[in-house]
Amino acid sequence: MAVGSCESIVLLYSQPRIPRSALQIRCSSSLASKQASSSSKIPSALQDFEAVIGVETHVQLGTATKAFCGCLSQYGAQPNSNVCPVCMGLPGALPVLNERVVDFAVKLGLALNCDLSLRSKFDRKQYFYADLPKGYQISQFDIPIARHGSIEVDLPVEYGGGHRKFGITRVHIEEDAGKLVHAGGGGRLSGSPYSLVTFFFSSCCFSLLVFVDLNRAGVPLLEIVSEPDMRTGIEAAEYAAEVARVVKCLGIGSGSMAEGSLRCDVNVSVRPRGQAAFGTKVEIKNMNSCAAMHRAIDFEILRQVALHKEGLESKIVQETRLWEEGSQRTVTMRAKEGLADYRYFPEPDLLELVLKQEQVDSINEALPELPNETRRRYEALGLSMQDVLVLADDKSVSEYFDSTLEQGADMKMAANWIMGDITAYLKTEKLSISDVKISPSVLAELVSLIKDGTISGKIGKEISDEAEIASLVDKVLLENPKQLEAFKKGKTKLQGFFEGQVMRSTNGRVNPILMKKVVAQKLGLS
Amino acid sequence: MASSLGAQAHAHGYGQAQAHGYGDARSARFFRNAGDLSPSSCRFRAAMATASASILASPAIPRSKPAASQISRLQTQLRKKEISAVEIVTEYLDRLREKEPDVKSFLHISSSALDEAAEIDGRLARGDDPGPLAGIPIAIKDNLCTQGMPSTGGSRILDGYRPPYDATAVKRLKESGAVLIGKTNLDEFGMGSSTESSAYQVTSNPWDLSRVPGGSSGGSAAAVAAGQCACALGSDTGGSIRQPASFCGVVGLKPTYGRVSRFGLMAYASSLDVVGCLGTSVDDVSLLLNAIAGHDPADATSSSKVVPNYLKALVPAKELPGNPLAGMKFGIIKETIGEGVEPAVAQVVKNAVVHLEKLGAVVQEVSLPTFSLGLPAYYVLAASEASSNLSRYDGIRYGPRVVADELNAMYGASRGQGFGAEVKRRILMGTYALSAGYYDAFYKRAQQVRTLIQQDFKKALEDGHILLSPVAPSPAFKIGEKVLDPLSMYLGDLMTVNVNMAGLPALSLPCGLIEDEGSKLPVGLQLIGNAFEEEELLRVGHIFEQTVPTW
Repeated sequence: MAVGSCESIVLLYSQPRIPRSALQIRCSSSLASKQASSSSKIPSALQDFEAVIGVETHVQLGTATKAFCGCLSQYGAQPNSNVCPVCMGLPGALPVLNERVVDFAVKLGLALNCDLSLRSKFDRKQYFYADLPKGYQISQFDIPIARHGSIEVDLPVEYGGGHRKFGITRVHIEEDAGKLVHAGGGGRLSGSPYSLVTFFFSSCCFSLLVFVDLNRAGVPLLEIVSEPDMRTGIEAAEYAAEVARVVKCLGIGSGSMAEGSLRCDVNVSVRPRGQAAFGTKVEIKNMNSCAAMHRAIDFEILRQVALHKEGLESKIVQETRLWEEGSQRTVTMRAKEGLADYRYFPEPDLLELVLKQEQVDSINEALPELPNETRRRYEALGLSMQDVLVLADDKSVSEYFDSTLEQGADMKMAANWIMGDITAYLKTEKLSISDVKISPSVLAELVSLIKDGTISGKIGKEISDEAEIASLVDKVLLENPKQLEAFKKGKTKLQGFFEGQVMRSTNGRVNPILMKKVVAQKLGLS
Repeated sequence: MASSLGAQAHAHGYGQAQAHGYGDARSARFFRNAGDLSPSSCRFRAAMATASASILASPAIPRSKPAASQISRLQTQLRKKEISAVEIVTEYLDRLREKEPDVKSFLHISSSALDEAAEIDGRLARGDDPGPLAGIPIAIKDNLCTQGMPSTGGSRILDGYRPPYDATAVKRLKESGAVLIGKTNLDEFGMGSSTESSAYQVTSNPWDLSRVPGGSSGGSAAAVAAGQCACALGSDTGGSIRQPASFCGVVGLKPTYGRVSRFGLMAYASSLDVVGCLGTSVDDVSLLLNAIAGHDPADATSSSKVVPNYLKALVPAKELPGNPLAGMKFGIIKETIGEGVEPAVAQVVKNAVVHLEKLGAVVQEVSLPTFSLGLPAYYVLAASEASSNLSRYDGIRYGPRVVADELNAMYGASRGQGFGAEVKRRILMGTYALSAGYYDAFYKRAQQVRTLIQQDFKKALEDGHILLSPVAPSPAFKIGEKVLDPLSMYLGDLMTVNVNMAGLPALSLPCGLIEDEGSKLPVGLQLIGNAFEEEELLRVGHIFEQTVPTW
């Protein structure tokens, strides 16, 4: 059925091309236009002004199927292959809630210290857009599944460090929309899966073809709304990073801003210090990393502060601005024409969402140690904040560290090994720590051997320099002239003897493959 | 346009309608009003005069003896090999085609019905049991999705749309061996009470071709009354099964909300919509309900309550005791037999009450103080939900699309041309009612009224086992009579909307005829029961039907 219905939805409508220049409204301020090193200007800009920042985060959940139908919720499939009457919004189709979504929402709600609503409901948020098949998004309006929570972060040491606690206003369940793919030039997509389209419209020469891919329509999302508690770009970026860590730690999603499975929209306003009322807020979208968030917010703060300083604060309008990674600036996307009226009303196709206390309790008991808890534990162990932040950044790393400690390794030494050589190795080999062949127990043994002086720290490391190996082999051959003579007379089995001697001379630290190669070379075998 | 929409025979109303461009609502209305003056209407009148007689002689209309189950009779004959499924379907198809030029109840006639019947015969020959509805020709309201046939909901915006799946109720009928004979006309997306709001054609009442069959399931009711099918599926949001059943003199059942899956029913007002049955007897309606009722994992609002065998409650006439309703209490709703109800209708209903008393029942008048609040609250809620449910008809994924320069213009043009006047009216009302600043005054208040209505019904049903009322304040009215006066059309739903607001089951039973301008017209009695007690309604309805004096 999915295939049969594909053609009916990959559609086209025409849309006038908007001149690029119309989208880019240049920032009038001289200060802000020199944004190259905006971060360094932040402290002085914020002497007289204060920025107020809130973040709305959409977390795509890693459920096997979509929120309200049985379609696969996966990335990278053929356009419109993971679709059915429900997520295509066909006449007569009805949503049925995926219970896994509720479990994931409860997990996140608990992890963010929220009050859970034992009774919540779904509502329809109504607007027309080509990627929204039903003409409404199923969401939660006045009774979200979780609210009144908080999240704690530790700012990077290089930005001055510091512990912060930010309020979480609410977490609610909703569904994602589809994706529009704009194709100009009448055939850029030919050859791609979109080319299964058999007809198209284009009303004038300035029109664009627009394709709709509904694979993403109905994929479950959790929207997290923060309190406007952040004051700088780095705080907001760290907030987003912490949300991503929590999502990954809970195993409810991939939490990747780069892949778009975690998307942050940021509201930024600026006010003179001491003023109670908020300034006009501007929404920023299109940031695909925490670093981009940091830069985008600092750029926007400087832009707004500059307008304030020039007495042009009326030029700060409520609008949505896009972060342009290429030019490192925010540009106007659309000005809000008053408040959009989404005509929310209770979704009549779904029952009230009722949580049982036992269900919540059992999810709560099974929660893993959260990133902030890990950091506090490491801090209590006496690790420096710099080390804490590195070791607790990724759950697989902290788990590796923890098991190494469990094997009795010295904490500081194990930390250094993991943050130093192992991390460097992982980086160059593009591996994750779970791929490393040195198990935590081996590392623990190594660390204790080094610690009690059996081997030195340097010895602990493998010899893989070919020249160094060559001199080692030479030395072994020199020290064993009888065996070398016998070898030359045809006792080729002695090759293994020489290899063993080299290995022994290094306490087994030599890279065996390289060493065997060098031995063979020296014996004139290769 | 007038001639093709007029009385000329066209078996494939669907194909014919597709040939037109978009009809301007005003010209369609002009036809309806001026129809009597157009040349084609002479044929129309002539057809009326003769057709009326022949249609009333149809075996499908219970007139001279108590209603008998067509399905049971046909099943017996089929199993005894006295008749084949192909013969059954052929007989109905012949009658369908014969009556269609006058009644125009079908938007599409199945081209595979005979093949399906042959398959049933094959299975019977092999000793398989194709199911309790084996070979029974059933018509489907066109707002129910059918995989093999177009499904338009009576709207231009779904012109030519063929769903890739069957509605659950339709799928269950097929699994019971039924043969889907065609898709019946309706008010666009179920919004209307006369079937005149169909974008395709006007259906006539088989009792008097100048009158409406009621609506919105007017095509289904007329098809059953004219013997074009054995029985039919309809949908009921505010009376859309019961009122046309009453106007056409057939039995109509609106089940409890949640008893039958809504999956595949084009949503009008999701919290009120119910799929239900129309037939010539309570037996047939019970058999149909047996087939379609029950939980559906695809509809979160469908109930998982166990489905009884509805046929078991029905006692054959000859086995009934002397006072079969002894000990039962009925309440006749006071607000439905006074002002606003045609005296002749009230009289027929009073006669029915006397009959129930003769059967041993106690009938008392009960008052539902919130009754009059139901109609305005219904129109707020139904329109609100409709404004949302119809958003998906945007010309993007299916249905005709009007090319425009940008997206919003494309929406405007596609929806502007695709929807008819009544649908637009309700979308506008609903959009208004849900708008910021008006939500509390309209939608929220209407929900509060709904709660009050539910409480009133609950109390009334504690005192009486079953509540009674006329189905509609009048018999079938003339085609075109109310088209220009939507408010008077809405008032006709007075007796039925509250039942949907409370989610209760209700049965519309033919209970007598009245004379109106020379025509004999049927009147229906509404029996309202407790939630999920369809069994009781059907049991009592069956006793009534088997014992009521013949007309």
